[in-house]
Amino acid sequence: MEELANLFHGFAVALQPFNIMVMILGIVLGVIIGVLPGLGGANGVAILLPLTFSMPPTSAIIMLSCIYWGALFGGAITSILFNIPGEPWSVATTFDGYPMAQQGKAGEALTAAFTSSFVGALFAVVMITLVAPLVASFALKFGPAEKFAVYFLAFCSFVGLSKEPPFKTIAAMMIGFALAAVGLDSITGQLRLTFGITELLNGFDFLIAVIGLFGIGEILLTMEEGLSFRGGNAQINLRVVLHTWKEMPAYWMTSLRSCLIGCWMGITPAGATPASFMSYGIAKRLSRRGKTFGKGEIEGVVAPETAAHAAGTAALLPMLSLGVPGSPTAAVLLGGLLIWGLQPGPMLFVEQKEFVWGLIASMYLGNLAGLLVVLTCVPIFAAILRIPFSIVAPLILVLCAIGAYSVHSSTFDVVLMLVFGVLGYLFKKCGYPLAPLVLAIVLGDKAEEAFRQSLLGSQGSLAVFFSNALVGTIMVLGLIALFWSALQEGYSRLRAATA
Amino acid sequence: MSSHGGSAGPSRKSVELGVTLGIALFGIIVIFGSVKAGINWGAEGPRAGFFPFYVGLLIVAASAMNVRNTLREDDGGVFAEWGQLRQVMSVVVPTAIYVGALPFTGIYVASMLFIAWFMRWLGKYGWLTVAAVAIGMPVVTYLIFERWFMVPLPKGPVEEWLGL
Repeated sequence: MEELANLFHGFAVALQPFNIMVMILGIVLGVIIGVLPGLGGANGVAILLPLTFSMPPTSAIIMLSCIYWGALFGGAITSILFNIPGEPWSVATTFDGYPMAQQGKAGEALTAAFTSSFVGALFAVVMITLVAPLVASFALKFGPAEKFAVYFLAFCSFVGLSKEPPFKTIAAMMIGFALAAVGLDSITGQLRLTFGITELLNGFDFLIAVIGLFGIGEILLTMEEGLSFRGGNAQINLRVVLHTWKEMPAYWMTSLRSCLIGCWMGITPAGATPASFMSYGIAKRLSRRGKTFGKGEIEGVVAPETAAHAAGTAALLPMLSLGVPGSPTAAVLLGGLLIWGLQPGPMLFVEQKEFVWGLIASMYLGNLAGLLVVLTCVPIFAAILRIPFSIVAPLILVLCAIGAYSVHSSTFDVVLMLVFGVLGYLFKKCGYPLAPLVLAIVLGDKAEEAFRQSLLGSQGSLAVFFSNALVGTIMVLGLIALFWSALQEGYSRLRAATA
Repeated sequence: MSSHGGSAGPSRKSVELGVTLGIALFGIIVIFGSVKAGINWGAEGPRAGFFPFYVGLLIVAASAMNVRNTLREDDGGVFAEWGQLRQVMSVVVPTAIYVGALPFTGIYVASMLFIAWFMRWLGKYGWLTVAAVAIGMPVVTYLIFERWFMVPLPKGPVEEWLGL
């Protein structure tokens, strides 16, 4: 009950006129950041952090977190309209969102994505409000072996659930791991796989790979088919929004499942990206329309968006209650808290009640404001679709170059982006899936670190991954996911033999 | 707009084999680099090359399976027609020139020329439309990135002359 009273007090703080203003401003800036390829939520929050130095801490964190929500909403826009995921967790949204846009259903796809994002985030905020202390203490028990098991599960679900041939998926995924390993080894501080090239010291940034593989690769594929832009005209208005909303309750089960996956993956350090992929994969397996996933199924937009936003929001829970950021953006927000002299952790709930509950209340209001802002701006996004491809293509190419450059202020990254672009075109034409490659670049370092730390603790014995019920269960689930197709085939053969 | 000339083109099988062998070569480079970094146990546990070594082995093993599958499943199809590949190259080559010119001309001049070329040559737009977009986009980019978000972008002699 005390939490409820604190929350109401938090609403009173968040609803002050100045805070509402910074909330709307944050959302709009966030959406712009999310739409621009290469300028992700973490970068955007980091770049805009100095803007908030003159504000009171509560208003500042409200604005920064709203930039975060805005970026989360904005990432879906480019994924659906142009097949360019602004963030790694938007990759799974492209699988069905982009085909929907090509079929002239961009309005439905965008509405479904925005609404699902809102539902996922709302679920996670309610969870943060109610069960924060309990869940945080559970996540505290996670050692390196458990962390690795969660990554293992995410990667295995890819191989088993992907529609591409398993060996092509494995090859693509391992290329991602290898690229993630380039540069400075975080454990020993030793250089590896750089072959004396100084530009490779920092390794490969996933943003460069994403911009090249998806952004440039998609433009090359479109060029191959002629200059017609495949987005087509989209009818987006209030009628489309209401029509989509009427359809959405039918996917309540997918939505609820994605919320739970998202919250789980957000609190454990796995994060939003594997959450979105796992949720998409499971929805594809369990849905009655699973076979048509990838061809423009609205459920294929609902599942990853809900999970990604539930995870993105839930990632703030360990940051607030333990001082351990669950995502890169949460880490930047944590940096902001430290700048204002606030020490995140359990004591924050005791010493800075107004701040914590003001932030939690702003999560409710910020997401609602975000939904309203993006939905009312949908006609502007629709207008982007009507611009002919021979104008849009060079603009996207230039924006991709700017995005790639601004990651590390390096022109070498722009060259890499083009190389990834040509690779993306070849890979896509040859049936190599790009999503596992990107996911492995993003999580490669963390997965390797967890793996090596686990082995270090067990003196090299792999038995550490089955040393207790928790880690053992996650690993077994991973193995089942890995061999899912083979298990299914074996089962159907067995049935045919006994019949 | 497309100018698909003829139905001939490189076979799907040969391109797929080429890509697969390229991936296998990448795997071998990873193995080679990992061995150089050390793949055994050191004082701090598994050494730097330990994890990427097995990743490299998996790349080579998966590529071997992919070569086998490609040879088995040859449908005699074409990867893409020559005309289609010409279309793709008509973007790749100018983009490569654009990317190569960036460090010398700065992003604004290069972007203006690139957008103008693309719209005029591939889109056949009138000069007025071309000029509006080709100049408008870099100006908007400057305002958003450099002024608003304070993200410095590469500049060349023209920007220096303008004092940007």
